[in-house]
Amino acid sequence: MYTQSFSVSDEPGKQQKPVLSTESAEQMAKFDARIDADGRIEPQDWMPEAYRKTLVRQISQHAHSEIVGMLPEGNWISRAPSLKRKAILIAKVQDEGGHGLYLYSAAETLGTGRDKMLDDLHSGKAKYSSIFNYPTLNWADVGVIGWLVDGAAIMNQVPLCRCSYGPYARAMVRVCKEESFHQRQGYEGLLVMMQGTEAQKAMVQDAVNRLWWKCLAMFGPPDADSPNSALGMRWGIKRVSNDDLRQKFIDATVPQAKVLGVTLPDPDLKWNEERGHYDYGQIDWNEFWETVNGNGPCNKERLSTRVKAHNDGAWVREAANAHARKQQQRQIKEAA
Amino acid sequence: MSIELKDWPLWEVFVRSKQGLEHKHCGSLHASDAAHALEAARDVYTRRQEGVSIWVVESKKITASNPDDKGELFDPAADKIYRHPTFYEIPEEVGHM
Repeated sequence: MYTQSFSVSDEPGKQQKPVLSTESAEQMAKFDARIDADGRIEPQDWMPEAYRKTLVRQISQHAHSEIVGMLPEGNWISRAPSLKRKAILIAKVQDEGGHGLYLYSAAETLGTGRDKMLDDLHSGKAKYSSIFNYPTLNWADVGVIGWLVDGAAIMNQVPLCRCSYGPYARAMVRVCKEESFHQRQGYEGLLVMMQGTEAQKAMVQDAVNRLWWKCLAMFGPPDADSPNSALGMRWGIKRVSNDDLRQKFIDATVPQAKVLGVTLPDPDLKWNEERGHYDYGQIDWNEFWETVNGNGPCNKERLSTRVKAHNDGAWVREAANAHARKQQQRQIKEAA
Repeated sequence: MSIELKDWPLWEVFVRSKQGLEHKHCGSLHASDAAHALEAARDVYTRRQEGVSIWVVESKKITASNPDDKGELFDPAADKIYRHPTFYEIPEEVGHM
């Protein structure tokens, strides 16, 4: 997990100014040629400021999403129904933390410090994936997050393994290898519940009903409303459009839902012979933007939990530093 | 006094995936000292037995070539094709050489 397949402006309402390049035409031409040849850009290479800024925003939003994404599932660690499910969930949540760290370190290669990124997250300035601003109400939500939320993330992230920025692409390769476990453990957990009591089956259906549309929105606004997408595509930061990814996800998920025995809550969902794809209903974009902009059901709770964890960890950072200093002084003394 | 992550230096992490292979760069992390960096690298980069050995080195201690010098450094090798075995034609009857 978990990127939103778009990089929203961290300053809503502020018009994104087209970047007029003050950079030399020669450097720009060399950069464009490398992108056109499907080459990769590495940290020390020259790059246009707008490319750097777009990447910092996208990678840090992606990293924040991983870190905040630990919270809805972390809620269930102490209430997992068995030791097996608990061990699995701990491993998954730990992976999400790891993914956040791979991504922060990739973003740092662009010259933005970790502290700056964390400050932006904690102050509410930086965005993260909208999906984590919804509550996880029952145990089936944990399964549905694995199956659908991680499933949607995989669709997004696989093309990012070919991103033009080397450190981001390499981090994504690592992330994608681990995602498959996330999706499969979720789906398998749901399969078990679907063989259980009527109440357990109802829990699964309820979780699917609540999360399905939110997952479709994770792919970001329709292509027609994503003005930044074109530049991202031009620069090889984004490889597949929002709508194409969404369609691919739906087409892949419908048969999985059938095997599981749940209904996807969309009366308009049906196979379109002509297109060779499933048609689907309208996504509520107003709700999506409300949530992105801080007014979802759990935005405040998630952020304050995150800030509290960071503040509560201050003494650990301090103690580690004190220990390092002491060791250093001891070495100096022994050498003398 | 608030301690920020910037007070923990950045370390580059290299992992040997199995005995007999070289260590390969896999990413970076912040840690207070080398021992701490090793522990963190184990948790961050080898959760699924991806490694049998880890190196960590403070990022600032790495000297890297400048991408602008790429031509100067590496192009001279481009026209020395006689350094490659395929430059030499050997009669077929000699077989593999």
